[in-house]
Amino acid sequence: MSGDHHNTDDTGPAARVKALEALLTEKGLIDPAAIDAIVDIYETRVGPRNGARVVAKAWTDPEYRKRLLANATSAVAELGFAGPEGNHLVAVENTDRVHNLVVCTLCSCYPWPVLGLPPVWYKSFAYRSRAVSDPRGVLKDFGLELAPEVEVRVWDSSAEIRYLVIPERPKGTERMSEDELAAIVTRDSMVGVAKIAAPASRRGDSRRARG
Amino acid sequence: MNGIHDMGGMDGFGPVVREQNEPVFHAGWEGRVYAIASLATGLVPFSADEFRHAIERTPPERYLASSYYERWLAAVETLLVERGVVTREEILAKEDGAIDPALIANPVATHGPAPVKEKTASKPPRARFAKGARVRARNLNPSGHTRLPRYVRGKAGVIERDWGVFVFPDTNAHHAGAKPQHCYSVAFDARELWGKPVNSRERVYLDLWEDYLEPIASNAKRQATRHRTERRSGGR
Repeated sequence: MSGDHHNTDDTGPAARVKALEALLTEKGLIDPAAIDAIVDIYETRVGPRNGARVVAKAWTDPEYRKRLLANATSAVAELGFAGPEGNHLVAVENTDRVHNLVVCTLCSCYPWPVLGLPPVWYKSFAYRSRAVSDPRGVLKDFGLELAPEVEVRVWDSSAEIRYLVIPERPKGTERMSEDELAAIVTRDSMVGVAKIAAPASRRGDSRRARG
Repeated sequence: MNGIHDMGGMDGFGPVVREQNEPVFHAGWEGRVYAIASLATGLVPFSADEFRHAIERTPPERYLASSYYERWLAAVETLLVERGVVTREEILAKEDGAIDPALIANPVATHGPAPVKEKTASKPPRARFAKGARVRARNLNPSGHTRLPRYVRGKAGVIERDWGVFVFPDTNAHHAGAKPQHCYSVAFDARELWGKPVNSRERVYLDLWEDYLEPIASNAKRQATRHRTERRSGGR
């Protein structure tokens, strides 16, 4: 059981939400235009592209990287990203020796301003239950096998701190611009369930990299 | 509460399945309930702690059978009804018999600490623990909201960082006071949590409020305490 099914018919949650929205609108408590605006923000403006910009800047600007590791909330705000679930951001850095992985076992806390709303797998019972007890096994589910000598750090977002993983910059990207780098940074790498493939081997994997 | 939401370390949910080219919302209603919940935060109003607790109060069998945004829907209905913004009858009338009335805002009761009148905050509390201090997560089993996962209770860890002062969710979720206190990043060796066979190069970091933690006396301190105790008993 995954709990990830999506009910779209008119007798399930769709009908309930419609009723609730109609009722709150009728009472003058909610403006449907405000709902449209919020949906639009998360569908078009707030998403993993924001985080990718942060990572690309950290890769190319050592001073920015320092500021990001020292205080991610203010470093992220420098690029204009802030908002709900982003008041206490912390960046953790993956290297060839340390691999960071982020989870929220109690619900699905996630750094919205930099990654947008969480994907279904992040909210799934499978991920929430096993990321803390079997992180290497979970990473294998994503096709990532870590050498046993690599240290794994799992961050369970049990309070108001929200984590952003700075993935390792792949080899062969030395000549790429900040914009080009931002385009190869994936959402999954910023949660810590994937690495970013080097550009040469990336072609066959482009569909996954876009996620 | 020791609810179904506290999933860390459970088995049996199978592999993690990743959806290709996943949309932000899988159906129009998901986006709308997300937005309604965001707006209701200010409307009711309710804190994130209260909202999380409303989700946790979903009966376990329904929690497991619901998608993420179905749980949000149930929680926002619950809080709107409990706080008197709308009634169940009003929601049902609008639904026009389309869905099962049993699903509407019919939560299990909350059993947290009793509500209190907020006192104005005095000066910020001092931190009890410093970086590097050994601590144990207390074996607490509150019947209300908590952010102390079951899998870490009773386990020993090390203070990694002091995040500063945060409102305490266990009381805040129940209007029983903000109880501001330090919240720490605490590192736990995976073998301490799951036993010996686990790779020794794994650690789990949790963000834990001061009330969740107790000090583990260092050897020197323990010896000093024992010495004092022995002298006292010897003198009797």
